[in-house]
Amino acid sequence: MVAPTLDAQAAVNDFIYKLKRRQVEGSLVTARLTAVLLRQVISQQRLASSAPAATLIETVKSVGLRIIAANPIELTVGNVVRRVLHIIREEEASLELKSLADVNNTILSDDEESEDASSFSAAVVAAANRNVLRAPSLHNLLESLPSSVTATCNASSGGESECKSKSGEKNSKVWRLKHSVIEGINELLQEIDSYHAQVAEQALQHIHHNEVIMTCGRSHAVLQFLLEAKKKRTFEVFVAEGAPRYQGQTLAKELADANLQTTLIADAAVFALISRVNMVVVGAHAVMADGGVMVPVGLHMIALAARRHTIPFVVLAGLHKLCPQYPQNPYIFMNDMKSPSDIIDFSDISDCLDGGIGSPSLQTVNPTFDFVPPDLVSLLITDIGGHTPSYVYRIVAEYYSAEDFVLR
Amino acid sequence: MDSRRGSRFVIDPKIRQVGFVPAGCESENPNASSAVAAIANVDVNPTSDSPSPVMIPPRLADPLPRAAPLPVPSPPPRKHTSVEIPLQGSYNPTDSVLGTSPPFSPASNGRYAGVPSSEGPDLSPSFVSRASSAMEGMSLREDHLGSPSASRFATVGEYAMFKQQQPQQPATAVTKVYASSLPQEPVQSFAPVGKEDSSKPLKERTTKAERRAKQEADREAKRIAKESAGAKVVEGEARASSNVVGKASRAQSQKKDSASEKRLSAVEKASEKEKKKEIPAPRMQFDDQSRVAKAKKRALIEQTETKHRVELFRHLPQFVYGAQLPSLEAKFFHDDAMHPHPAVYQVGLQYLTGDITGGNARCIAMLSAFKELIKDYCTPRERTLIRDLTARVNNNVSFLTTCRPLCISMGNAIRFLKTRIAKLQLTLSESDAKSLIIAEIDRFMQEKINYADNEITKLAVTKIKDGDVILTYGSSCVVETIILHAFSLGKKFRVVIVDSRPKLEGKGLLRRLLGRGISCTYSHINAVTYIIQEVNKVFLGASSILSNGTVYSRVGSASVAMVANAFHVPVMICCETYKFHERVQLDSICFNELDALVKIPGRKGLSELEGWSQSSHLKLLNLMYDVMPADYVSMIITELGMVPPTSVPVILREYRKDPIL
Repeated sequence: MVAPTLDAQAAVNDFIYKLKRRQVEGSLVTARLTAVLLRQVISQQRLASSAPAATLIETVKSVGLRIIAANPIELTVGNVVRRVLHIIREEEASLELKSLADVNNTILSDDEESEDASSFSAAVVAAANRNVLRAPSLHNLLESLPSSVTATCNASSGGESECKSKSGEKNSKVWRLKHSVIEGINELLQEIDSYHAQVAEQALQHIHHNEVIMTCGRSHAVLQFLLEAKKKRTFEVFVAEGAPRYQGQTLAKELADANLQTTLIADAAVFALISRVNMVVVGAHAVMADGGVMVPVGLHMIALAARRHTIPFVVLAGLHKLCPQYPQNPYIFMNDMKSPSDIIDFSDISDCLDGGIGSPSLQTVNPTFDFVPPDLVSLLITDIGGHTPSYVYRIVAEYYSAEDFVLR
Repeated sequence: MDSRRGSRFVIDPKIRQVGFVPAGCESENPNASSAVAAIANVDVNPTSDSPSPVMIPPRLADPLPRAAPLPVPSPPPRKHTSVEIPLQGSYNPTDSVLGTSPPFSPASNGRYAGVPSSEGPDLSPSFVSRASSAMEGMSLREDHLGSPSASRFATVGEYAMFKQQQPQQPATAVTKVYASSLPQEPVQSFAPVGKEDSSKPLKERTTKAERRAKQEADREAKRIAKESAGAKVVEGEARASSNVVGKASRAQSQKKDSASEKRLSAVEKASEKEKKKEIPAPRMQFDDQSRVAKAKKRALIEQTETKHRVELFRHLPQFVYGAQLPSLEAKFFHDDAMHPHPAVYQVGLQYLTGDITGGNARCIAMLSAFKELIKDYCTPRERTLIRDLTARVNNNVSFLTTCRPLCISMGNAIRFLKTRIAKLQLTLSESDAKSLIIAEIDRFMQEKINYADNEITKLAVTKIKDGDVILTYGSSCVVETIILHAFSLGKKFRVVIVDSRPKLEGKGLLRRLLGRGISCTYSHINAVTYIIQEVNKVFLGASSILSNGTVYSRVGSASVAMVANAFHVPVMICCETYKFHERVQLDSICFNELDALVKIPGRKGLSELEGWSQSSHLKLLNLMYDVMPADYVSMIITELGMVPPTSVPVILREYRKDPIL
């Protein structure tokens, strides 16, 4: 196991501490911080010249496992770790491809009419392609390659590059890997930051004039989405408060300040009013691989009510919320129980609970998330467009390496 | 509408025609005729040996009248009691108490008479007067009702004797069964007061033939009255006052004034009422500009509209919460006539401040206050008790309405009370009349609320088994009693209380259950999808159950029922039958009650909404009730048994005609 450097170690510990104390909350913030942390870890990691990518992957994995364990409920941590791993693997592959191309060039320049070499190189390029682009194109599928050939090609290319490269070149290769990985992480950060804008851009495709939209609680994505639509369209919004945090009140205030007709309702009144609503728009906490979504508590009820009245239930989610896991009893394993004081003040009932033997006990249930099964979700809007829940597994395959689905 | 009601009445006569049919029945329009006849049955001379002039001896095997009502097949149990079983004299235990039990319906139809308005205690003062004006129109017509039949039996007993003197009527026995089979209703057996039949002259029954005959006479009289008394007289006066009875009699007074007239007017109105019964009574629609203006003129006090009304709910009153108190005081305490009774005033304030909530509690508080009112009441000079007391009650009801809109159960109770007052005999002395009414109110509270709750508890407890996890929402007093009773029986079960803004009533329930030593789980409504996975039964209370089976209850109940339904957990609604209502409703928007949504109890530091009224785009909406579709309801537990929601209209039809309502 490769340990990160001392500086990075301190940063990791600090982040773990914050995660454990739930001082970092909200998937966007967490995703950002995770990516920044991993960038730091990678940039400070000293890499051996032999198999630099493997070292990087090891380091990121070890750090990743620790920060995931710090708050297993915050699925975006795991997602970002997996994304970074995927970036490393991709960069490694593309570097390999590049060096192969160099080798080919040298071979071609050395021996112009070498048929073997050309067929070799074509096969190698195809294999590398397959490695880099996870999406199997028809071309790649048809390009079936005997494994022995790949093995020899790998060996030969390795041997050849080995014999050709000097120590300086080796260093530059390590540096190039690190550099491109950090570039990749920066792109990821950019993607995370621009996700609201990207999602909001699609608002006009979904909201028309005089529509009535319902939402619950407060989600920054939903706010941006509605404000973007407001630029062109006039519509009305019902905001449910979203107990026990009552952030819907904040959202209602913000929307009203933006001159949007807003009505704040109690959570209990959702069923009564949903028949007059055209669309339910909510933000997700996480999107599972089967297309089900983890959402703030209360939205499962709204989704059921929406289905009763066949009203579209639209979920806004960034790609960083996309989890490669399939939900296994998500209500228990991916949920967090919050403090009872959110829902009942102890002083209200303290006189009834004397704590003696045989005295009645009181449990309070204050979960953070609901799981909305995929059949209740009509549409999933991510920064790369709208998708049905059934398509999610495909996006997952595109953004994560299969090796990282389960981190060990 | 008429065609629908037509079929209704076509079915009903099948029981009523217990073997005798007046001649000339064929020529009649079946619509409404039986109702009129049934109502008129009270007016048969007890002392005369012979039947009233229009009486026709029964023809047992007359095919015609029975053939006429046949287009709609009637439920088998009714047929069998009405025609085949020769019941003799007393309660027949084979009659089921549940919805299909027929013996009540024929005779009781008449007792439905005199109900002032189908909506009962209307939700706005303006409505009272509108409804009353409508009633006046009807009351005009019975001027010419013949007096030969106008005298009445004093008691059922007398009536029975009268029947025995007519041995030629074979169906008498059946009719007597109707009268004496009453004990099978909880009504009679539990009644602490007024148990004596002699104290309740209103409960007399007559045979089919007599009713038929009477109805004939009525119809004739009505026709004449219509010709002579123009409708304009009524219209002119209609708007001036909200006093139904007083108005009616004023219109009449040009022609006759007599005690029997008065009675008849109530009877007649009731028959018209019966006709209209299934038409949903118009509710005040607050988006109707002209009507609102009119209502404002008539309104007792000036109410401040909230600054930002929710567009979707323009048809409902949206007043600033609590702002009515000063103007209420000004209005009611400086105008002697309008002065509410202190007891009523106290109850009204308790409604206003939310100290009394819950259908049953509000209803009991109101009825107790009215009892006080009646106790302290004395008829002013040159007035009759019936008219003046009704007016007084109306005033007090509109005071209560201003404090908080009435719930449907209160509406039913007020309707009951007014019916009782309107049916008082004019010959009664004031003290007798008062004690009679007070006894009736007591009986209503006992039978319809207390005993009904006991029955429901007994039934519902059988549904709780060891190891159950029971979920309830908010605070329903019936459900609370059920839980406490099951606990006292030593059953081992867990209780989950789900609660929600704006009222957080579940907290009270939680405290009471914890105080009794029951362990609970408490959660808020958003977490219901989480908690429902460990629940296996849901018990809910209801504010009312409407005749299409939808349950009108505290906002949030529908969501809980929906989630329970989605997770295949049975939903049981516990509701007394006096809360049932003939109205139908599909959504929670057409009719509801709005409240303020500014305070968040139990949470400090949330100041987002401070100054919300500055923003013209922000509106707060706080519904009080919602409507649960019937398909979420597995079972309704009433004092009459456990029935599916589809049986609600049956119960309404079969039992609402009984003397209580």
